[in-house]
Amino acid sequence: MMYEGSSFMKGMILGGIFCLVVSFFETFNSGTHSEGHEHLHHHLKPVSKDELEKLSESQMSDWTLQVRVYCLIMVTPKLLVHWATANDTWSKHCDKSVFYTSESSKVLEAVDLQEQDEWARLRKAIRHAYENAGDLRWFFVARPTTFAIIENLKYLVLDKDPSQPFYIGHTEKSGELDYVEYDSGIVLSYETMRRLIEIFKDVDRCPERGNALWKTPEETQLATCLKYSGVFAENGEDAQGKGLFNKKSVSSLISDSMGQNPADVVEACCSDMAITFGGMSQSQIQVLMYGVYRLRPYGHDFHDSLTFLPPKDSDND
Amino acid sequence: MRPHIDQCWWDPSIVTMKAGNSRCAFSLGFLVGSCTLYIFLRQVWFEESYSWKHDGKSNPAPLGPEQNTPNLTWRVEGTALINLKHPHQPGEDGHIADELFKKVRILCWVMTGPSNLQSKARHVKATWSRHCNVVLFMSSEEDRSFPTVGLGTGEGRDQLYWKTIRAFHYALKNHGDEADWFLKSDDDTFVVVDNLRWILSNYTAQQPIYFGKRFKPYVKQGYMSGGAGYVLSKEALRRFVEGFSTKVCTHTTSVEDLAMGQCLEKMGVVAGDSRDTLHRETFHPFIPEHHLTGKFSKTFWYWNYCFYPIVEGPQCCSDLAVSFHYVDPVLMYTLEYYTYRLRPYGYQHRYQPPVPAVSLASHTGKPTTEAQRLEERVKEKSVPTYTMNPRAEKVKTTGTTSHKFTNAAQGRNITDRSTA
Repeated sequence: MMYEGSSFMKGMILGGIFCLVVSFFETFNSGTHSEGHEHLHHHLKPVSKDELEKLSESQMSDWTLQVRVYCLIMVTPKLLVHWATANDTWSKHCDKSVFYTSESSKVLEAVDLQEQDEWARLRKAIRHAYENAGDLRWFFVARPTTFAIIENLKYLVLDKDPSQPFYIGHTEKSGELDYVEYDSGIVLSYETMRRLIEIFKDVDRCPERGNALWKTPEETQLATCLKYSGVFAENGEDAQGKGLFNKKSVSSLISDSMGQNPADVVEACCSDMAITFGGMSQSQIQVLMYGVYRLRPYGHDFHDSLTFLPPKDSDND
Repeated sequence: MRPHIDQCWWDPSIVTMKAGNSRCAFSLGFLVGSCTLYIFLRQVWFEESYSWKHDGKSNPAPLGPEQNTPNLTWRVEGTALINLKHPHQPGEDGHIADELFKKVRILCWVMTGPSNLQSKARHVKATWSRHCNVVLFMSSEEDRSFPTVGLGTGEGRDQLYWKTIRAFHYALKNHGDEADWFLKSDDDTFVVVDNLRWILSNYTAQQPIYFGKRFKPYVKQGYMSGGAGYVLSKEALRRFVEGFSTKVCTHTTSVEDLAMGQCLEKMGVVAGDSRDTLHRETFHPFIPEHHLTGKFSKTFWYWNYCFYPIVEGPQCCSDLAVSFHYVDPVLMYTLEYYTYRLRPYGYQHRYQPPVPAVSLASHTGKPTTEAQRLEERVKEKSVPTYTMNPRAEKVKTTGTTSHKFTNAAQGRNITDRSTA
């Protein structure tokens, strides 16, 4: 009995130690593993102010020539109000903005793709944009319910080479796949567009018409096709790690912050260099235009290294 | 069947059985031990990793309300909040705003009440009032913890002018030397104090003048809307107090803004024009959305009240707006974010306000545009602003894309609308 008792105790102790060892080993492994996984799931930040100030003239010249944006705004007649609002507001700040619609509207101009399926429409729009890009090297895809500050988008991609594959926005996971959320806008470099055009030809891996029974959203279909082309989603964030792409409205984010961080609402809420907001009404967007491009406190300067001029024929910015 | 201890330990069968038993016991013990520890570790580690993930996602823990947040540097002196340093954003050059902070000192008093402290006044305290030199929250009752000044009145619309009279008297008596201008606002008014300083820097505190959203009826020179906020020069405030001590002014009506206007006119205080250099309004009696997008019905009283012509749409409001009214807490923080935080990188604003007559750097008093001043600064020390670089100009003339970026492929230069 004594022997059994002591054996039992010995067994327990040894079992405990064994378990401990195995657990440490496991976390150590998964620690490095998750780090490795993190590297795939990139966090893309804008170039720092110090870096910008170190630049040579010719480098600055190259960058400013490169950072021009082609906006693809995917509309439908159902979204007419938002379509008109986007037309009247932020899209004027793109170097080229083209509205791609499912069917034409008498009221507003757009490229009529005559396509009801959203994924097929997106593919056609991408093809059209790639062919009509001219010397524009960055592409921003959004619905008209998203509001975008193009200058901040340019700042984010300023030091990134568009001949490299970039696929940027607010990233989410669908199973194992990282994809960029559509509602907060998708940024694609020229190389990514080129690879997309290529992979579109692959009917097996990147089909145009998905399964009729269950529809995968376009954002995940896009991510899948891009994955096969070796392009992976990257999360756009500022120097402090705050997300730059938001699918919620400003007031929604502020309300959330008031609940979570009542002592420092604005600091905790949103980035100063935010790029997109979603879910805003037409009048909220007009206020946002005023708030972003006009309303400011006198006597505060930022001495940014680049200057972007206001667009022609506009009075709300 | 338990073998007797002294007769059996050497018995092989018993030994093996014992060994077998002990092996079983050992394995059982092993199992129990590892399971217990596994469960224990899972609990501990699960909590740890959860909190780590949680911390990683969320922002730094919320700091105490009044101390240690980098931008909040104020001292509580009894019932007043004294701002020691003008709040700054990292990476910004706020030296002009700082200069104005020192030269154009503003005391802000906020009309509030005990039931509004947590629902409204608290958010004023957390946002725009931090840009005032001195802040006083005026209530019917004193509250040292907020802090608020107790005016000894009741609450309610009929008490508004009483509260206003007492509040101004209190401000002059207790803080008259700490400020040059005295602003009254409600607890649902949002004020951009820096822009107020820009307007006021064109005047002196010795002039008997006051500014706000100017209304025309009832008072010959007009009066300023109470909700949109109004600001008195020190001389104007002295005359207001003097008016009451000499009984020239009395509590005539509880309509506070009208009564103020009548008293000030009697005391020879001028109703100033607060519009910007493009004649756009700066003080606004409604929220931005209404001014920017609303179409006021033609029968709306507003049409008959405004001293200056109403402009609907984006030109209703100056870029350097000073106030908005009926601002709820969410909008309060939203406007703070829009004004001080959210910005488009590198954007050259259409409206380039002239430097006020009280020139800061050069003391020549010559108004220049911000663009001209920037050019001067660039010549002094090569600021890496790409458009100001002479080489950029050279590139432009050779026909390649200018580095002055336009968004519609052909841009236009800033319309130089500044007054000469």
